Amino acid sequence: MSLDSGDTIVAVATANGSAAVGIVKVSGPAALSIAREVTHRELPARQAVYNGFYDQSGDLIDRGLAICFPAPDSYTGEDILELQAHGNPLILDQLVARSVQLGARLAKPGEFTQRAFLNDRIDLAQAEAVADLINSSSSDAAAAALRSLQGDFSKSVQLMVQQLVQLRVYIEAALDFAEEEIDFLSDHQLGGQFEQLTHLHQQVCARAKEGRVLKEGLTLVIAGAPNVGKSSLLNRLTGQDSAIVTEVAGTTRDVLREHIVLDGIPLTIIDTAGLRDSEDIVEQEGIRRARAQLEQADVVLKMSVAGEPSDLQLDVPIDTPALKSLTVYNKIDLHPHFCCDNESALLVSAKTGEGIDALRQAIKHIAGYEKTPEGAFMARRRHIDALDASRQNINEAWRRLEENDFPELAAEELRLAQRHLETVTGEFTSDDLLGEIFASFCIGK
Amino acid sequence: MSGSTEQYDVIVVGGGHAGTEAALAAARGGAQVLLLTHNIETIGQMSCNPAIGGIGKGHLVKEIDALGGAMAKAADLAGIHIRTLNGRKGPAVRATRAQADRQLYRHAIRKIVEQQSGLSLFQQAVDDLIVENNRCCGVVTQSGLHFRARAVVLTVGTFLGGTLHIGDVKQSGGRAGDAPSNALAARLRQLPFRVARLKTGTPPRIDGRSIDFSHLEEQPGDMPRPVFSYLGSTADHPRQTVCHITHTNEKTHEIIRDNLHLSAMYSGNIEGTGPRYCPSIEDKVVRFADRSSHQIFIEPEGLDTNEVYPNGISTSLPYQTQIDYVRSIRGFENAHITRPGYAIEYDFFDPRDLAPSLETRHIAGLFFAGQINGTTGYEEAAAQGLLAGLNAARQTKSLEPWCPRRDEAYIGVLVDDLITRGTAEPYRMFTSRAEYRLMLREDNADLRLTEIGRSLSLVDETRWASFCKKREMIEKTRDSLDGWFLRAGSEDAQLIEKHLALPLQKDQKAIDLLRRPETNIAKMADLFPQHFPSADPMVLAQLEVQLRYQGYIDRQLDEVKRQQRHAETAIPDGLDFEKISGLSAEVCQKLQQQQPATIGQASRIPGMTPAAVSLLLVYARKQRVSSAEIAGDDAA
Repeated sequence: MSLDSGDTIVAVATANGSAAVGIVKVSGPAALSIAREVTHRELPARQAVYNGFYDQSGDLIDRGLAICFPAPDSYTGEDILELQAHGNPLILDQLVARSVQLGARLAKPGEFTQRAFLNDRIDLAQAEAVADLINSSSSDAAAAALRSLQGDFSKSVQLMVQQLVQLRVYIEAALDFAEEEIDFLSDHQLGGQFEQLTHLHQQVCARAKEGRVLKEGLTLVIAGAPNVGKSSLLNRLTGQDSAIVTEVAGTTRDVLREHIVLDGIPLTIIDTAGLRDSEDIVEQEGIRRARAQLEQADVVLKMSVAGEPSDLQLDVPIDTPALKSLTVYNKIDLHPHFCCDNESALLVSAKTGEGIDALRQAIKHIAGYEKTPEGAFMARRRHIDALDASRQNINEAWRRLEENDFPELAAEELRLAQRHLETVTGEFTSDDLLGEIFASFCIGK
Repeated sequence: MSGSTEQYDVIVVGGGHAGTEAALAAARGGAQVLLLTHNIETIGQMSCNPAIGGIGKGHLVKEIDALGGAMAKAADLAGIHIRTLNGRKGPAVRATRAQADRQLYRHAIRKIVEQQSGLSLFQQAVDDLIVENNRCCGVVTQSGLHFRARAVVLTVGTFLGGTLHIGDVKQSGGRAGDAPSNALAARLRQLPFRVARLKTGTPPRIDGRSIDFSHLEEQPGDMPRPVFSYLGSTADHPRQTVCHITHTNEKTHEIIRDNLHLSAMYSGNIEGTGPRYCPSIEDKVVRFADRSSHQIFIEPEGLDTNEVYPNGISTSLPYQTQIDYVRSIRGFENAHITRPGYAIEYDFFDPRDLAPSLETRHIAGLFFAGQINGTTGYEEAAAQGLLAGLNAARQTKSLEPWCPRRDEAYIGVLVDDLITRGTAEPYRMFTSRAEYRLMLREDNADLRLTEIGRSLSLVDETRWASFCKKREMIEKTRDSLDGWFLRAGSEDAQLIEKHLALPLQKDQKAIDLLRRPETNIAKMADLFPQHFPSADPMVLAQLEVQLRYQGYIDRQLDEVKRQQRHAETAIPDGLDFEKISGLSAEVCQKLQQQQPATIGQASRIPGMTPAAVSLLLVYARKQRVSSAEIAGDDAA
């Protein structure tokens, strides 16, 4: 892994989504030039200026307050730019993306505070607190990254990395084992492999760029035994009749998903088939899918009916850090005197709307939006940045090979491509690479 | 004989490639040095295949040379077949390799060692170390002689505690023909070092008179002949010879498959881990069953011997099977084996117990270099020897050790890989191990290291003067080219179009034109001598590389700068990592085990997370501030 510093970092500094105002902070040598590019003007030191924030093509992203704190009189001891915009995560993400475009990189968890410490801006007694901060936000970030890496998106990225490694195996083998009888570079497979990789890369990037990955936000799964009112709750939360609601247990057989924005937080709410033993093949499939959804959920709402015994057992690892759950008792209108031992349980009526506001608050809270800036958004933004950077390297590598230029320069491009992707997939060492070479070819005297 | 005690600054035990470079470097560094070996006649012996250099390894040789070492000079004096590998690829991966005459090589090294002032030789096996208060203060020889020193470099790795296997025959031994250093091995095992076992193999040697070369592919050396040493020339080279190439065939593979159960490596007699890049012929046949043929390089052992080294068929099959499969190979139909091939298992010490200076962490003043640290290859051994010898000498003068970084030298990559990652197989250098490969080239080893070597007193006046002249010419020519602007349609532009077929569409800097792959810098120097203060081919070649690589090098330098910022921050000795809240148990265990010396080193331990490194940085910083406060209080 690398230990970068001396460069410019950026992050959303406010609790995500929940507030009316969101702050993006940039710290490092490029902060002031980023300020000029984003605001289209010179900013006075330490004065809040109401101004537009602009993207690459000069279009307005948002209006808000911009403040510059030149070094050394700033929190980190470096040049700092603070952009206060509306608290919508999509706007804040655009501001972060624009800063990255202008030379910043995403801050690591706790990095602002770490810099403040290393530049003697906070005293020794706080070192412990800094350590705690790095630690707790890293584990949150890890959980967020894990979540964002599930599903098809992750599979495509993994496949892409495998193909990249295959290419590197050929080229590195050509460089380090020149005396072998295998002509690694003229192998006609190479062009095909490059084409495949570029194609896959384009697909993955396009998907990410469509914004689907970013806009999905958090995933909330409603789970529970049949007929506890899951679909009614979905309808109540989304404000529309997306799910068919009947008295018959087992009505929802497939997985329904709805996108809503809860106080600026994009949420995907998934209604699942009731979990029960069923003879019905269609329903069984629904239940299987429901369980699959549970494994990908950021938050699970475990629903049962007030006053009725719940025999719901979720056979997913509830205690993983990626998975948080809320216990919800529905149909409180039928049991107004219902009392529950579990104090954190929420009592609602999907029918009358009673308790729904409290449920919304609880969802926001448990989703972690009030706690750490390193949520799913930052995690996904990291992935998109890594993909963009690696694409440039891969194209350049192919150009060099096609033009029959020095192959070690193509190798260098691919090394960099992989380094970028390591932020998504984890470390891949030169020894791992050698291992792949030896496994693929009979090499050595 | 016991009782008499002589005092030296540095004692080097072992006269192989690590030992000789260690002794020479320590002596050049100004120490009084004793080189102890069990046999003075085997100083500089090439115990495995008769070749120096190769991809990654040639890079090490050039670095050793830039630091005033002996290996490149000896390779020039002994090279009987010299080539540049990867000649058609770019400069970063081009590498020099020579078949070396064993005798000539030994003589060359012996001569350099004997001429070095401040270096004495003594023939006697070492059985014991003198350790007082956890500091190594000398050695005791087989006959009980005591030699004391302020630092000791051990380079006794050629098959420490070795076991030879030929089929099911097993015997204890060092390199074929030599006794293993068993007494010293036993003594070292009492010290708190982690010991593990590795294996490697050798091919059977063949009498060249029994080989029919007439149908074999001939491989000549390169013309013009490459030279290893910066101060060397082709005039140093002895008479040149050719190599030959032959191949195994289906019949060979069948014999091997039929007798696989007799191979020491396949019958379970050998536990050690063999190198992946140097598989035995058994391994090749089994693992790559789809290949119907494998290449064999027939390497001459020397000008005055008929013995050849068939590189590519190392084995631990029984002697009779070796005869059978060798004779199934084209050209070897009547081959006479002079020495059977064998597999050997041997001990090495986990290099993660070493500091970046190659001093052991458990015993002060004791340095390890070479195969003892789990490496293979003469070049890897020599590079470590030079570093260990130098740092041992520096320690006796209370000077800071020199620990080259990964972006400065392959020697830095080698040592850093060893001490932070350890090794599970005999470690050899590859260019793909160096992330800064484009900066670490053979062609700029002198530019990277001569000045450093001079400041470490490793580089003598002759080399220094010659180097300064070359460097000055490069800079002058570069400055001149930087100031040269070409206008489209000018006389210069017409000349270029006429002689180089390069039409100039627009005004541009000459430097930018030279950066293009299709521009021939030598032709440009011919056409415009006024812009080239030097047209020395070495100068032009260097400029060409610098220009072609420039964008990439700038990017790598940026990367280095970013990594460097906190990488050198020292982690206090004996820091109790368990006290750092927030480190996962796994990371903590790794840190406790490895005790990294710096943040940079910690960050390269496999499995380290960015968060863990950040935590360490905060703690290292905290510790430093606290101790500075204490020091300040004392001063007050």
